[in-house]
Amino acid sequence: MKVQFSDISMRFGAMEVLQHITLGAEEGEFLCIVGPSGCGKSTLLNIAGGFLAPTSGSVTIDGEPVTAPDRRRIFVFQERGVFPWLTVEGNIGFGLFDMPDDERRSRVAQYIDLVGLKGFEKSYPRELSGGMKQRVEVARALAVNPDVLFLDEPFGALDSITRLQMRSELLRIWRAERKTVLFVTHDIEESVQLADRVVVMSARPGRIRRVVDIDIPHPRDLSSRRYIELRDLIFGEIGLAHQV
Amino acid sequence: MKISDHHKDTKDTKSSLRVLCAFVVKIVPPIITAAIILVLWSIAVKASGTKIFPTPTAVAKAITTLAEKSLLWHYIADSLTRVFTGYAVALVIGIPLGFLLGWYAPLARAINPLIQMLRPISPLAWMPLAVIWFGVSNAAPIFLIFLASLFPIIVAAMNGVRNVPPMYLQAGRNFGLTTPQLMRRVMIPAVLPRIIVGLRLAFGIAWVVLVAAEMIAVDSGLGYLIIDARNAGKRYDLVVAGMLMIGLIGLLLDTGIRKIEQWISE
Repeated sequence: MKVQFSDISMRFGAMEVLQHITLGAEEGEFLCIVGPSGCGKSTLLNIAGGFLAPTSGSVTIDGEPVTAPDRRRIFVFQERGVFPWLTVEGNIGFGLFDMPDDERRSRVAQYIDLVGLKGFEKSYPRELSGGMKQRVEVARALAVNPDVLFLDEPFGALDSITRLQMRSELLRIWRAERKTVLFVTHDIEESVQLADRVVVMSARPGRIRRVVDIDIPHPRDLSSRRYIELRDLIFGEIGLAHQV
Repeated sequence: MKISDHHKDTKDTKSSLRVLCAFVVKIVPPIITAAIILVLWSIAVKASGTKIFPTPTAVAKAITTLAEKSLLWHYIADSLTRVFTGYAVALVIGIPLGFLLGWYAPLARAINPLIQMLRPISPLAWMPLAVIWFGVSNAAPIFLIFLASLFPIIVAAMNGVRNVPPMYLQAGRNFGLTTPQLMRRVMIPAVLPRIIVGLRLAFGIAWVVLVAAEMIAVDSGLGYLIIDARNAGKRYDLVVAGMLMIGLIGLLLDTGIRKIEQWISE
């Protein structure tokens, strides 16, 4: 297992947030964690990132226990994580400070290309749309060549059309780079579109209710029977009738 | 080639004309306001028959006399030196202190109540102590200006640091930055646009305190001019001249700092 959560529990004061989470992600796997808001899924991701220590249990990556943040595993926030005082180039090169100049430049150019921001190298984040800022963040994370990416509702602040585009962009990048991805979302549709496996969590205190294999090859047909079946299975698991 | 040059020329003339128009539109209303006030002022002085309050012309004459004796420039320079020195010392001490207090919450809990208690004490209340500590010297008014600007600077820096979105710091740590690197590459650029307004307000306060600060222990400066003109010969033309100069210079300085502010936040 690339990332292994072993019996993780977390409490903040009297509030129990996570209960006995045991979960593994394979190398190169795209794992989505879904659950109602407040179920502790972001907390779980922060523990894996080394930003929070669990009350009990442990996380290992490649068998090594996680104790602190590390450049080999990068956390991607909603697009608000880009640095407003740096250009697109400056943001993407942010983590490459110990690299020789020419090497850094070519790496930055490579990732600007990968996320489709050519021509915006010198732009500041305030001149970019939400989707473009999100691309900057993804490129900034990928540029340091991490082996795990943690994405915490990365497309939550985007409009629904941009969100759809960003999902297929992310899948394209994931196929090209083959990182292990842990992706937290409260959007069930999103998880079924993206993941190899979907981890469904309960309301607080968060426990794993079920892990669903998404056995549909990419590109996924969002009106196929299997897609709808799996989506409704997860809706049912979370306890929502799929009706408005 | 020639045609395009010609085009460029007319375009340039047009745009510079537009800039000129914008400038005129901007500057005309305040000039009208000033003119109306000057007229009302002279009418009021003449109508009331006051012997004490000067007319605008008397004040203008007072300013020219001061300027001719080069006393005016001397006083302005002294006042500016005091304000800049006091303010600079306050920046040097206040910004690092504010950063520390914003960064280490326990330190803020220990020291912030003291700062909040000292803050509402008018710098003028420190005058007797300033005289005892610094005697009849330039240091006393500089100390008062320093005090007046110190607390707003500390508070601005502290709040600036506290309001930096935590995800900036989290991202910085994630990329393996050490604490000094995090300070330099994330904290300072993130805080700068957040505290610049506070720094401008603090400078405004420093300038306001100038008059009072120069009431003690100095024999030059715009504040001294006002006190001296009143005490020495009830020269209210000079009093009002001093007030006007303080206002005008204050306006110029504020405009300058706003320009710097715009430049920093791009």
